[in-house]
Amino acid sequence: MRIDPKTIENVSKELYIRALKILPPDVKRGFDTLAAKETSSTAQNVLGTMIKNISIAEATENLLCQDTGIPIYNVTIGRGVQFGEGDGTALKAALRKGCERATREHPLRSSIVHPLTRKNEHTSCGIGVPVIYIDHADAAEGVTVEMIPKGSGSENNSWLKMALPAEGVDAIKTFVVDCVLDAGGKTCPPTIIGVGIGGTADLCVHLAKIAATRALGTQCADPEGAKLETELSEAVNMLGVGPQGLGGDSTAFAVHVELAATHITMNPVAVNMQCHSARRASATITDAGVTYGF
Amino acid sequence: MTHHHLTTPITEAQARALRVDDTVTLQRTLYGIRDATQIAMFDRGRNTRFDLAGHAVIHTAPNVKKVAPSPQHPTGYAPVCIGTTTSARMERFTRPLMQHYGVRLVIGKGGLGAASLAAFGELGGAYLAIIGGTAALETTWIEAIEDVDLDDLNPESLWRFRIRDFGPLRVAMDSHGGSLYDAVDLKARDKRAAVLATLGVKSR
Ligand code: SF4
Repeated sequence: MRIDPKTIENVSKELYIRALKILPPDVKRGFDTLAAKETSSTAQNVLGTMIKNISIAEATENLLCQDTGIPIYNVTIGRGVQFGEGDGTALKAALRKGCERATREHPLRSSIVHPLTRKNEHTSCGIGVPVIYIDHADAAEGVTVEMIPKGSGSENNSWLKMALPAEGVDAIKTFVVDCVLDAGGKTCPPTIIGVGIGGTADLCVHLAKIAATRALGTQCADPEGAKLETELSEAVNMLGVGPQGLGGDSTAFAVHVELAATHITMNPVAVNMQCHSARRASATITDAGVTYGF
Repeated sequence: MTHHHLTTPITEAQARALRVDDTVTLQRTLYGIRDATQIAMFDRGRNTRFDLAGHAVIHTAPNVKKVAPSPQHPTGYAPVCIGTTTSARMERFTRPLMQHYGVRLVIGKGGLGAASLAAFGELGGAYLAIIGGTAALETTWIEAIEDVDLDDLNPESLWRFRIRDFGPLRVAMDSHGGSLYDAVDLKARDKRAAVLATLGVKSR
């Protein structure tokens, strides 16, 4: 199949709106898991309000959260897709157009401004935004588009530390715990704490974002990374920050780790958080049509 | 822990009666304010025609829809989704809001810092925590957008909302030096060493 820009545009628009309104089932289950274990009555109350909000958003077909975020589109080009000359440019333009249409036609608050003039074009678009990543994979058929409206409350709490090899894994663990303490209630906990380990500085931060936006219940592909996820997930929930930073056990749904090889002189670690409005939506486009999911 | 029903504007005594962990439900009027609004007001010398004395402000920038002006939508804006943003970015504006405009209550998420806590104590005010990220619910507490000022800053305009049964909100910072955020933070930092020990981190 060839990529049809009009289909991509419609999918892009639809995904932005869907992501803002329907929370993925894994995140809903995450809430139930936390609520079942929470021992603080304040925190139970806060979690209860969050759970109520999810059903009100669905019943009233309204946005879960007013923050329409920074729009991110992750595109995976799979088997059977002919990717010819000009297709890449057309694909990006179509994603952008869909994002703009969602903003104008729904309408949505455009949260995007020029970084120096702070001018808002009221399109949710600007230089380099939406953020678009294009990758290739043979595992799936057709084109998969994942949309993530990344909330700023959590994004504003992002960190990178170029630790030293001599500081070892201890530096990574300590850094994650300290980031959770610094974030307090500002990230709208319970969060998914994304930890990037290794790579270059920019890759490390990107890995943290991939980790933070991965579905709950999934694991790091590397066994050492997966082990660290389990240890850190338990540890951060012992701090007592709690939902909204008002105290309690439910500080994080989970800690997710993504890693890459790094240089002999380097030991980089990055943290990026996803708030409880852990929104994402995806669509797969094949010859048979478009299927929406999470 | 007391529950307070407050109709805005409120008096200093009403603000000072609020204690950390009390809950509040607000009625009548609420003002929406955000980063750009306050940068314009306090750094760029712009004024608002609204009288904020005794009022509550919420850290927000709503999703709105343009409609034909009508008695229900006098500004030509209908609310779509109204929620709350992280307060910490706007820490330095709490005192001028209270001093110059007489604001008594700040509603937000994630809490404010030491300078705001001092302002609440000296001038008589409180911070009411709303649950961030629950905007679909919050929108049901807002009846209408009554008026808007500084709208060239849209969506970070200064909004006047008509509200009904807005809450329950939790008093998280009061005029008596109490801050729920400080208390939680202190306790969490106390646990840091023990948590690192469970992770097998050796202190060097
Ligand atoms: S941090 Fe997330 S849940 Fe909280 S206000 Fe921002 S987008 Fe919404």
